Amino acid sequence: MLLSILIIPILGILMGAALGYAARLFAIEGNPLQAEIEELLPGSQCGQCGFPGCSPAAAAVAESKAPVTLCPPGGRALAEMLALKMGVAVDLSGMEEKAPAVAFIHEQLCVGCTKCFKRCPTDAIIGGPKQMHAVFADACTGCEKCFEVCPTECIEMRAVQPTLQTWYWPMPAGLAQSGAS
Amino acid sequence: MKLFRIRGGVHPDDRKQLSAEQPIENLPLPPLLHIPLQQHIGAPATPLVTRGQLVRKGQLLARSQGMISAPVHAPTSGRIMGIGGYPAHHASGLSVRTLTLQPDGHDEWDDSCVGATAPFSMSPEEIARRVADAGIVGMGGATFPSSVKLNLRHRYALHTLVINGAECEPYLTCDDRLMQERPDDVRDGVMLMARALGVRRVLFAIENNKPAALAAMRKSATVQADLQIVGLPTRYPMGSEKHLVQTLVGKETPARGLTADIGVVVHNVATAAAVNDAIRHGRPLISRVVTVTGRAIRRPRNLHVLIGTPLDRLIEYCGGFQEEPVRLISGGPMMGQPLPSTRVPVIKGSNGLLALSASEVNDGAEMPCIRCGSCVSVCPCGLVPLSMVATIRAGRLESSVHLGLLDCIGCGSCAYACPSHIPLVQHFNYAKGELAAHQRAQHKQGEIKRLIEARTARMEAIKRAKQEAMRRRKAEMDGKKAQNEDRRAETAEASR
Repeated sequence: MLLSILIIPILGILMGAALGYAARLFAIEGNPLQAEIEELLPGSQCGQCGFPGCSPAAAAVAESKAPVTLCPPGGRALAEMLALKMGVAVDLSGMEEKAPAVAFIHEQLCVGCTKCFKRCPTDAIIGGPKQMHAVFADACTGCEKCFEVCPTECIEMRAVQPTLQTWYWPMPAGLAQSGAS
Repeated sequence: MKLFRIRGGVHPDDRKQLSAEQPIENLPLPPLLHIPLQQHIGAPATPLVTRGQLVRKGQLLARSQGMISAPVHAPTSGRIMGIGGYPAHHASGLSVRTLTLQPDGHDEWDDSCVGATAPFSMSPEEIARRVADAGIVGMGGATFPSSVKLNLRHRYALHTLVINGAECEPYLTCDDRLMQERPDDVRDGVMLMARALGVRRVLFAIENNKPAALAAMRKSATVQADLQIVGLPTRYPMGSEKHLVQTLVGKETPARGLTADIGVVVHNVATAAAVNDAIRHGRPLISRVVTVTGRAIRRPRNLHVLIGTPLDRLIEYCGGFQEEPVRLISGGPMMGQPLPSTRVPVIKGSNGLLALSASEVNDGAEMPCIRCGSCVSVCPCGLVPLSMVATIRAGRLESSVHLGLLDCIGCGSCAYACPSHIPLVQHFNYAKGELAAHQRAQHKQGEIKRLIEARTARMEAIKRAKQEAMRRRKAEMDGKKAQNEDRRAETAEASR
């Protein structure tokens, strides 16, 4: 009789202890989703999303306080990856508005102050003191950090033009647009 | 020879009779040639000439850069008028870096163009190198550098070379005429390629709707025991590389693989003729045969044209338009690309120029899909085009990939067969482009991450080095101070 009463409390104590131990052993610091999202973000700390860097931005996305479309340099590709990670549907129509752009330096205006060169988070600008600077378009994220600091305003953000390699057919107009039926 | 069946396919009215009886004619020298630096799949060529420079016929104008690329040569002697943007031979109408050459009319060959005296005793490496130097690319329209395909023997166990003389696209007759008029040159080019690949078996496939070409090649091939001429049933897309191999060998190429995976390499007839010219005569790829046809053209012709000749010269030579064409197409009507203007130049991959009249274009208004399954039964790849289009229209590109979008060869049979005039293949082209753009964006994302990490690491290292230097200097100063104090203490003691 006593045994059958004790068996339940004893089991309870043992399981509680095991759970408590496991909680300490497998404890996770911070939100794991945040680390995964930070992994996806460009990491250029450009601040275009309005957060002080990629880490706070990732925290905000992980807590669903910021939309997955927050990162302009990441563009549509990143937004889709983030949406997949967060398991949310995303409306990408708004993202099309800002076409991807890269910096371009007007060489005749550049005085070689190296200000942009020092700020570029991806080393996309080459040049030296009192030397003309130039942008590697392939490495530029279009974060506009250089655009803001140039004292002679010689940097222009140019939309990325399609080339023969990157051009592709647009979606054919559907039934509704073609006015048939 | 036993042939194997492929599934699907369509039988469009081939309309080859418009130009099939016209012998190849040489087009007179145009006043200006526009030679694009990108006429092939891969990286554009790097120009080696400057504005105002005099060049001779066959001289290297731009060298290939990177693994997959092809050089560009001067189609005739003359002066380089400039290097700059010019509309590309492409549906987009974008401009591409182009060399402009003004012919001097002498047409003098460069001294570097020397043929090999004994081509059939050359090593495979030597043949492949000469093909690469001659700038030869796949002339069936794909424009993949041929030398890359000739060097496949290192990585794959090859046993058969297939020569594609199917020319299954309606209207086109340039390969047909080439086989009829220069069978021995084609044969020698084929045997040189077989030597470069190290294969013993060569299958030369020609569709049965070209009896004259079949007879000419059969007659020419009697001297070569290894070369077998095969007549193919007439069906579109018989000339698709993978389907041609399946018909001849009976094996299917793995999905998204190469025919080399099953030991077969496919080359085009015109490529074979170009290889012969390059090795026997030392002539780089500077001209090609183009079929100019369509009911809107007054006198359809097969023309031997220098690369870089503007298309309007070809049309002019063929008597101009007898009616306003509703569509201008580069290549065949099934897989060809619409051209934005006739100003664009002939490039290495342009096998046809079609000016279609209103009677030849099927421009019915699009109707809803009735799920008749015509597209399913004609698809040579065994796909379900109607479902793929539904997913693409819904914006679910991933689902269309699961349905086999990447296995689609874009042959257009589905759109041809559709009774509702749904632009099926156009949707697939869009979806493939969109997916490729996605991949490029993700690749860039990854590369940018790597750059940022490298920069952060470098900045940290600089910071650490600065701190280290500061510490060292501080330690030095401290040491000096201590020494000075010691000395002062000593002098104080001594004075005491």
